[in-house]
Formats: sequence, C-alpha cells, structure tokens
Amino acid sequence: MLDFLIESILKVLVVFGVLLFVVAYTTWLERRVLGRIQVRHGPNRVGFQGLLQPLADGLKGFFKEDIVPANADKIVYVLAPVLSIVPALMIVAVIPFGDSFQLFGREITMRITDVNVALLYILGLAGLGEYGVMLGGWASNNRYGLLGSLRTAAQMISYELALGLTLISVIMVSGSLSLVEIVNTQTVWWNAFKQPLAFFLFLICGLAEINRTPFDMPEAEAELACGFNIEYSSMKFAMFFMAEYAHLISLAMIITCLFLGGWYLPFGIPTPGLLKFPVFLAKVFVLVFFFIWERGTFPRLRYDQIMRLGWKWLMPLALANIFVTGVVVTAVA
Amino acid sequence: MLQNYVPILILFLLAAGFGLGMVLMSAMLGPRRPDSEKLSTYECGMTVDPGARRPFDVKYYLVAMVFLVFDVEVVFLYPWAVKFKALGLFGFVEMLVFLFILLVGYAYIWRKGVLEWE
Repeated sequence: MLDFLIESILKVLVVFGVLLFVVAYTTWLERRVLGRIQVRHGPNRVGFQGLLQPLADGLKGFFKEDIVPANADKIVYVLAPVLSIVPALMIVAVIPFGDSFQLFGREITMRITDVNVALLYILGLAGLGEYGVMLGGWASNNRYGLLGSLRTAAQMISYELALGLTLISVIMVSGSLSLVEIVNTQTVWWNAFKQPLAFFLFLICGLAEINRTPFDMPEAEAELACGFNIEYSSMKFAMFFMAEYAHLISLAMIITCLFLGGWYLPFGIPTPGLLKFPVFLAKVFVLVFFFIWERGTFPRLRYDQIMRLGWKWLMPLALANIFVTGVVVTAVA
Repeated sequence: MLQNYVPILILFLLAAGFGLGMVLMSAMLGPRRPDSEKLSTYECGMTVDPGARRPFDVKYYLVAMVFLVFDVEVVFLYPWAVKFKALGLFGFVEMLVFLFILLVGYAYIWRKGVLEWE
C-alpha cells in the first residue's frame, strides 16, 4: 500500500510538472507558428529563438498589480480562475500515455490511474470547467464580461450535447468507458477509420468545447473587448489562459486515445515497446499543431451560426451516426 | 477498485494547492496602488455603466432548459452503449423507441423556433 502511494505521488508530480511545462511551451509554439502564418517572426528575443518567453511572461504576471474592481463580487471574482484551472489540470489523470515499462524490477504503467468510468470523469471535469468562465464573467460585474460568459455557457452546453452523442457511437464500437481499453481495441483499425464521421464531429465539438477559433466566442475581442476575462489582471488572467491551453493539450490527448489508436501504429503494424510513447507524443503534437494552424486559417463564426451548427447540424448527424453504427454492428453480430 | 481513485485525489490536492497558491502569490508579489478610476468597471473609455446586474435575453435560459432535457437522454445512452453488443437486436430496437420519443421533442422545439438566433 505504501509502495502504491509513493508510486502514485511520484507519477502525479511528474505528470503535473510535464503538463505545466507543455502548457507554457504550447503558448510559445502557438505564437511562433501564428507569426509564421502571418508572415512575421513572433517572439524571438527572450533567449534562443524566444524559448525563454513563457518564463518571462509568467514572472511578469506575478509582478503585475492584482486589481479587484470595486463593483465586483469579490470572493467569486477571486475564486473563478481557480475553479477554471483545477478541473483543466485534473483531466490528465485518466489519460494513458503509453503501455508500461520496467523500472527497478517494478512494472510502471504510463498513466496516473485507470478508472472504468474514465470518459464520464472527463466529461464531468469539462463541465466543471465551464463554471470558472461563467462565474468569472458574472462576478466581474461588467457588461462585456457578462455577455461573454453567457455566450460561453450557451455555446459550451450546446456542443457538449453533440460531443456526448458522438462519444456514444465510439463506446458502442469499443464497449468500454476506460481509455486504456478503448486504445487496446484499436491495435489494427483505429477508430478514426471505423468511425470517420464521429472523428470529424468530435474534432469540431472539441474545438467548440475548448473555445478555440473558429468558436472563440467567449473572447471575441472585436465585439466584447476580451469577453469574460475583461476585468482580470496579473496572474488571475494568466490562469484562465493556462486553463485554456491545458484543455487544448488534454483534448489532443483524448482524441489520440479515442480515435488515433493511442500508442499503436495503424493497420496492425506491430509497435516496438520503446516506440510506444514517442508514437503517442507524435500524434498529440500533430493535433496541437493542427489546432494552431486552423486558428491561423479560419475566421470566427457569428454567434447565430455557431448555435445553428451545433443544434441543427452536429446533433442530428451524431444521432444518425449512432443509428448507422447500431445497424452495422447488429448486422455483423 | 476504489484504490484507483487515490491518485485522482492526490492530483486534486496538488492542482487546488497550485491554483490557490498562484492567486495568493500574485496578490502578495504585485504592487498595490488602487485609485477610484482604476477600480471602476472597464468600458473602453465610454461613460461608466452602473453594472451588469440587468435583465438579459431569455434565450440563454431556454437553451439551458433544452440542454438539460437532452443531456439526461445522453446520460441514459452511456450504459446502453457500453453493453450494446451484449444486448443485441432487442436492446437496439428498445433504444430506437426511446430516441424516437425524444426526436419528437426535438422536432417540436425546432418548429417552435427555440433553435433560432437572430
């Protein structure tokens, strides 16, 4: 039992540290890649190729004045960034990064834990993350902030529905809610091949869930002057950002596990033990790069277009996909 | 089985400590020179608005209601989807009946214009 506790604490510390590091450097990658897309350099002055930029940003955040607006609901205002970042950093607990390896004669699994309701846990935390954004906008007592948070709430719950329905067809094929088991059903055919429509729908809904362009309604800097986080300054502002990037990375890892076969190569090509973790990382990196690339490519949708897409297109398509999956699976069996 | 949740608890304590620590650190490290202009509501230079505690569009409330109904439906689908292959044709037809009833509701709200945003 003590062994187990020590192993868990060490794993949590390592994963948490790596996650924060990756969050910081995703912001650097995004700014560099967006810079290239827009034919400029992006941050390249602090350290070699701007590699120390995230560190400088973090330090600057700490030493900026921490303003609490006089009209704000103080307690909620201060707690909202915490409510936003805690669930965002906890999603990683159930995601498997690879198989297992031997260390000092112990078998170490490359995940924090594996629970049989992993997908429900992820959906629950994603839902909790909405509270931070909503309460933050509400507590600021600013009209732009309120509008931003209202829009976010409506958008996120709308796409959560389509996302949940899309997941159903994946679960029907895999027969499990555990990400480890779902990955292990994809040794030959990835779910992206078995469920192409679900993959496509999940990608769109996922982008809407993490408020990514073209669904970045909560911010909409042109209309709402930054939306829900308008009144936030210093590290509290940075925490909303970190939560957003933690969500982005979690989404890339979830898509990798659900649709891209986790640490397996496609078409049943055997994956050597040492290559499993690099294969997983490569897939996550490609997805993160894709999320940055599409941000540089797509303009923001209008709010009524977003709602129409979610309710009138994605939801019926997800239902139809469940139906088709059901017919095919039943017919094969 | 419950042992699998212990690491999640550890992660929660770490994440909560991290979150609260960041808020505390930033409150302690930063300078503090408040004045009435700085603490007023930010409005891009417009005359300052009395605040955001005013009525907003009922549309948002409607969306939340509709979401609640359909999300509960999705929750019912999860256990069914896990055991889908074991349930066979019977389970599939049963779920189609359930979905059909909800689709009637979906068609109703569509016709009523709940999904329209102008």
